[in-house]
Amino acid sequence: MKAFDYARATDLSDAIGASGCLIAGGTNLLDLMKLEVETPSALVDITRIGLNEIVPEGDGLRIGALVTNAACAADPAVRRGWPLLSRAILAGASPQLRNKATTAGNLCQRTRCSYFMDNRSACNKRQPGSGCAAIGGINRNHAILGTSDACIATYPGDMAVALAALGAQVEIEGPGGTRHIPVADFHRLPGEDPSRDNVLEVGEVITAVLLPAPVEARQIYRKVRDRASYAFALVSVAAVLRMQDGAIAQAKLAFGGVAHKPWIDPRVDSLLVGETPSKALFDKAADLLLEGAEGQGGNDFKIPLARRTLAAVLAEATAE
Amino acid sequence: MKDSYDSPDDRNLLDQTRQGVIGQPLDRPEGRLKVAGQAPYAAEYDRPDCAEGVLVGATITKGRVKAINRDAVLGMPGVLAVFSAPEMLRRAAQGGAGEAPMQDVRQVEFPLQPIALVVAETFEQATHAAKALVVEYDDQSSKAVLVPSPGRAEPAKDPTENGDLEGALKDAAHVVDVTYTTPGHASAAMEPHAAIAEWDGDSLTLHGSLQMVKYNVDELADSVGIPSDRVRIVSAYVGGGFGSKLGISHEAVAATIASRQLGRPVRVVMTRQQVFQAVMRRSETVQRIRLGADSDGRLTALGHEAFVSNLPEESFSEPVLQATQFLYGGENRRLTLNISRINRLTAGSVRAPGEAVGMPALESAMDELAVALHLDPVELRKRNVPDQVPGEGTPYSSRKLVEALDAGARAFGWDRRRPLPCQQREGEWWIGMGMASAARVNILAKAEARVTLRGDGTVLVETDQTDIGTGSYAILGQIAAEMLGQPIERTSVHLGDSLFPQGAGSGGSWAASSTGSAVFRACEAIRAELARGLNCAPDDLQLRDGMAWVEGTEPRPVTDLMDGDIARIGRIEPGELMEKVKQATYGAFFCEVAVNAFTGETRVRRMTGAFGFGRVLNAKTARSQCLGGMVWGIGMALTEELQFDHRDGHLTNHDLAEYHVPVHRDIPEMEVLLIEERDAAASPLQAKGVGELGICGAAGAVANAIYNACGVRLRDFPMTPDKLLADLPDPFAGPT
Ligand SMILES: Cc1cc2nc3c(=O)[nH]c(=O)nc-3n(C[C@H](O)[C@H](O)[C@H](O)COP(=O)(O)OP(=O)(O)OC[C@H]3O[C@@H](n4cnc5c(N)ncnc54)[C@H](O)[C@@H]3O)c2cc1C
Ligand code: SF4
Repeated sequence: MKAFDYARATDLSDAIGASGCLIAGGTNLLDLMKLEVETPSALVDITRIGLNEIVPEGDGLRIGALVTNAACAADPAVRRGWPLLSRAILAGASPQLRNKATTAGNLCQRTRCSYFMDNRSACNKRQPGSGCAAIGGINRNHAILGTSDACIATYPGDMAVALAALGAQVEIEGPGGTRHIPVADFHRLPGEDPSRDNVLEVGEVITAVLLPAPVEARQIYRKVRDRASYAFALVSVAAVLRMQDGAIAQAKLAFGGVAHKPWIDPRVDSLLVGETPSKALFDKAADLLLEGAEGQGGNDFKIPLARRTLAAVLAEATAE
Repeated sequence: MKDSYDSPDDRNLLDQTRQGVIGQPLDRPEGRLKVAGQAPYAAEYDRPDCAEGVLVGATITKGRVKAINRDAVLGMPGVLAVFSAPEMLRRAAQGGAGEAPMQDVRQVEFPLQPIALVVAETFEQATHAAKALVVEYDDQSSKAVLVPSPGRAEPAKDPTENGDLEGALKDAAHVVDVTYTTPGHASAAMEPHAAIAEWDGDSLTLHGSLQMVKYNVDELADSVGIPSDRVRIVSAYVGGGFGSKLGISHEAVAATIASRQLGRPVRVVMTRQQVFQAVMRRSETVQRIRLGADSDGRLTALGHEAFVSNLPEESFSEPVLQATQFLYGGENRRLTLNISRINRLTAGSVRAPGEAVGMPALESAMDELAVALHLDPVELRKRNVPDQVPGEGTPYSSRKLVEALDAGARAFGWDRRRPLPCQQREGEWWIGMGMASAARVNILAKAEARVTLRGDGTVLVETDQTDIGTGSYAILGQIAAEMLGQPIERTSVHLGDSLFPQGAGSGGSWAASSTGSAVFRACEAIRAELARGLNCAPDDLQLRDGMAWVEGTEPRPVTDLMDGDIARIGRIEPGELMEKVKQATYGAFFCEVAVNAFTGETRVRRMTGAFGFGRVLNAKTARSQCLGGMVWGIGMALTEELQFDHRDGHLTNHDLAEYHVPVHRDIPEMEVLLIEERDAAASPLQAKGVGELGICGAAGAVANAIYNACGVRLRDFPMTPDKLLADLPDPFAGPT
């Protein structure tokens, strides 16, 4: 680990525009620092600046950036109105990690691509211009949608997938003021510049996640993984779906483990609405979703897996 | 008494002794210390002035270190020295080597092989400097062999050829000809490899995390060129080893060299990643299994042709065929083991070398044969229990295979299994049951232990035997307490210090029966002494709770018969019985799985194991070993796999986030049945080993249950969703 300076922010203003890397729970950042994949010269600890409450806001909910994953998942209001979020968080990591991990840190967690975490390998995300060792390498956990020649990594998290399906917003404070970004637009596709995971600008701080009013709908988070717990998603599906008179009245889906961001495809949602559930419909939805999907060898299976997981989730969500 | 164990001791003395602690499910005496953080592990000894060393891994796959730019890092804060001495290890020693393994770290044979040690005042400084170290190589990576290829393989041992395999297969009523593959595995012990070396003049003390102290002393001494009697190793508590700590490895020799040079203690702790990358792997295997049976399901032909890999010149080859040699009949047989040489870290012993991977393949193939025969898989096994070792004619010692099959089947409810696949569906899940036999060779190893019955009646057991989390402390104390008739609270056990007599070490499941027998014999010598005091034959001596008597006389305090401490050293060595009688442990696994019809995820719902391994010395530690083994089996079946990049050969999943051992949620209700057995051919305790038996076939039971659940027969472990998906039936279709 490279030596670094450490400062503790006492309030938000210390953190905004700070000339150091923010550290919250540290569960991702410290691992990467030990590997010297990240080598910040200074850390700004934001765990004492507040922003650790969940409070109602309008009909929705404001989840402070420093609310831990454990607290968020256990929050009665969250569990009542947005159980999807609670389920997605609990599907991730382990209790120890969730006790430390924060809402903002979770959104900003970096990819689990093994070449990214290994300084010897070519990686455009870690070292722009060096190439992408995952292409042609071990890429079982890599993306099938929205990849580029520069990077095929996934955003590995669960929480953000649920937030995308719930239509949540990220609140960001920067030197220039406050902005709100839908979670679904917070992460970027890799394109030419995979070094940037998301749209945060230097000096900006995530202050909260805002949940819109709860919807009366079935909320399902389905995470397919190699072991029953403590493993990242191979594919995950978050669904908010409401039935009326035997037809799908409302559908909002988001997918994890398939792209550099929580993947949403409004065309798929629209296709479903108004239709009577059937195997054929689920197949059509999967066709649309996976139209541009491309495997890299090791992750080819994610294409049929996404199809089948979508079918399972839709079958469950539309069951009588 | 001769040290070598040449004729069965069937006195069953431990059944006649009176203390009543042998076999009891007693807690491990050191358990409390461990959970309270008071049992120091190798790296935890407080040594003032201890410097910290961090190993540096090669960034090439093959070649030679030409130059190391020491000066650049020597200027960094805290950095004391950079070592790349020829004596430093490039490979870890194999179990029982007793001499230096391959040295000269500057010769690079696999990616991330240790090539240097950076020592600094703090661990962080050393880590940073180790990362910054610039090394120049003569890079021959393009000549490295990265993928094991059967084409380049050579025989690893003499093949077994009996009768006419091909002919018998041609004539057989039913034939199975299948190839199974298993990937590389990591030991993944909880405690990473660690050592603190400290010199006092020309004497060395090493606190290390090691399994076999007596060999490790010789290996370390030989590595640094000093006599073994100048080396003391302390390995009092070991946080798991599973084979990876059988031999001395990089950190211990590096710490020793650095400490000698710097004149102060040096600690080297490998990172989790380094342990995965540099120490020891289980070889991947390719196993072609051919079975031919008559219409009754009796094997007439058995072919098991296996292929493994290792580094050039490495003596170890995963002994895949070990149990196939003796488990089932089939007079026409060919068993071959071939090895190819590749540039990957050393392949060596990982818990249950051989059977861990050979048995699941054999047992899956047997399941395929049962399907072909429309015969119950348990019945198929029972029909093929041979009278003597096929091809050798050797008799078996006590064998509880059939009892385990029956008892396990009963406890599990095997009769509720539906013979055809895709018969039971619960929601999204296909439910199925599978079984497999368990078998593992049994080994008695040379061992010594000193037992002292002190003047105050307390008992002290001393041996360099290690306890790697298995229960050596517990069972050695129980044997001594039982034999000397003292309450267990009055017995203490001191282990893992090379100043003590040489135990067998922890490996090959032999610790309990071997070092236990040494303790037993030391106690017998003490009993003889006490019997003299009572004027009786030793076997007539009755001892309990510190009292001694012969039948019909008044008990007297044992201390009255003594004139101060009585200390005796007990010794045992393998003898003729090892050759004359086939000794092994046996069992059976039964498993119920659920396979998700949509996603191909497999979850084990319950598992039963029944095991016969001679006398049970402590029912709790024995059960724990069985449980642990079954957990390993589940990991092997479903998740564990070392993944190497095929372009430069480096290991890509080198931590516990990415190398998936089972987590709590993967492990359901587990039931363990311990079958009563006395095997006098195995040891004077009539005990055999149990540390590995629980793995040996377990993954096969899971694989067979997957087939029974959903009809997909995978032959490539681990059975992850991606592999199952392709062949799963339509999830919307119900049971057939
Ligand atoms: C073994 C393991 C398994 C895991 N499994 C899963 C899993 O299955 N599913 C899953 O979703 N996650 C998983 N995780 C990831 C875990 O959820 C994240 O590590 C955690 O959420 C990160 O939160 P943190 O507060 O610790 O972030 P930190 O490590 O403190 O920070 C992470 C990043 O976020 C930035 N950051 C933090 N707060 C802010 C802020 N307010 N504004 C702007 N930037 C900020 C930091 O600068 C840093 O770059 C796993 C992690 C580990 C180690
Ligand atoms: S996939 Fe992305 S993160 Fe992984 S090596 Fe390629 S560029 Fe780096």
